[in-house]
Amino acid sequence: MEKHYGKGSGRLRALDGVTLSVAEGEFFGLLGPNGAGKTTLINVIAGLARADAGTASVLGADVTREYRRARQLLGVVPQELVFDPFFTVRETLRLQSGYFGIARNDAWIDEVMHHLDLTARADSNMRALSGGMKRRVLVAQALVHKPPVIVLDEPTAGVDVELRQGLWQFVKRLNRDGHTIVLTTHYLEEAESHCRRIAMLKAGRIVALETTASLLQRFPGADLEEVFLRLTGKAS
Amino acid sequence: MTGFRTLLAKEVLRFWKVSVQTVAAPVLTALLYLVVFAQALEGRMQVYEGVQYTSFLVPGLVMMSVLQNAFANSSSSLTQSKITGNIVFVLLAPISYREFFAAYVLASMVRGLAVGVATLLFAVWFVELRLAHPLWVLAFGLLASALAGALGVVAGVVSEKIDQLAAFQNFVIMPLTFLSGVFYSLHSLPAFWRGLSHANPFFYMVDGFRYGFFGASDFAPTASLAVVAASFFVISFASLWLLRSGYRLRH
Repeated sequence: MEKHYGKGSGRLRALDGVTLSVAEGEFFGLLGPNGAGKTTLINVIAGLARADAGTASVLGADVTREYRRARQLLGVVPQELVFDPFFTVRETLRLQSGYFGIARNDAWIDEVMHHLDLTARADSNMRALSGGMKRRVLVAQALVHKPPVIVLDEPTAGVDVELRQGLWQFVKRLNRDGHTIVLTTHYLEEAESHCRRIAMLKAGRIVALETTASLLQRFPGADLEEVFLRLTGKAS
Repeated sequence: MTGFRTLLAKEVLRFWKVSVQTVAAPVLTALLYLVVFAQALEGRMQVYEGVQYTSFLVPGLVMMSVLQNAFANSSSSLTQSKITGNIVFVLLAPISYREFFAAYVLASMVRGLAVGVATLLFAVWFVELRLAHPLWVLAFGLLASALAGALGVVAGVVSEKIDQLAAFQNFVIMPLTFLSGVFYSLHSLPAFWRGLSHANPFFYMVDGFRYGFFGASDFAPTASLAVVAASFFVISFASLWLLRSGYRLRH
């Protein structure tokens, strides 16, 4: 897959020949320094950006030709802490369900809110929530339509320890229940403990794509952070 | 269809939750225009036989409110969603660009017509108003609000900042509505300005809408309706083309 931004000499190759496939049910990590192309790759898969060359599909559904099916199969937790200030938590989740064609979804919405510890704030306006709470609503929004594939773009950025652990428990449970998880994060210990397989991106190219275990074996004695720095740092 | 219906409901809820600002305020503005202009010009100007100036003014003011508010709804909602980033929730959903367009335009129509109807209801309290051809009123009201809503989608997609949208509003929408014959009949204008006004699609909306009330107009209502319908199709086509291309929405 290729994706460029801008034209002429200022042209940026955000994705430069990335080929990648994630197996069903996998817990997959997408790592790389800022600007490596992680979010661009996610945006192409989610239909928020269009690839200049190549294709992307979700469980066999092409993200442009069969966008309805592809989007129905995919839940994305965006990196930016975005929210609609006009609505409460429950309204936000009901609207998101409706966008995905589900008219009555309260039972599942209640369950998701319960697992994300949002029940007490269900009728609070989004504006009134803390950053961590807003992040959890974003996770809930990605799950309203029970997508088999879940993409989490830096879900724990700016989230406190307790919340982070609660979030991981929930995500791990979703993975055990058969959901495919794709995760980007800058906390490498999170990737090391949760992801079975990892892709490392650097300047729009894949510099490593293997299981976490074999990646660690390549550099005896190193933890994932050292491996990451060796593979994606300026020296490499 | 649920996706489309939800987006439509959300867009209506969005303005309804702040209806003091989005409905009551523009109604008050229109009524202030009515009071001030009626005071200043009543008795000095007669446009149609047997129609007082204040009565003449009402349909134009109503149409102006419909247009400005229908435009404001889709354009400000889209631009704000883009700036705050929450447009992503709609873009991630399996909603087609046609459904997207229809939802934003219909919600704009609801707001434009709500302001228009409210203005009209207040105005008939103290202004005598006929309703010669209600179907013409309805046809022009619906079509004009749809056109302004579609134009709002274009402006909302193109604008990346609030000041760009404000420029669109102040330099395109305001002059087009003010110079559309809301406050005067084109026959009272010098030939040059009259000719220029004929190039303004908003003129045909005001003129046709007024025909529905008084049975009199500067231009034949069928011809006006044809102009307005053609303008609506051109703007809708441009809007749909933009949305399909993903311009400034799907990068």
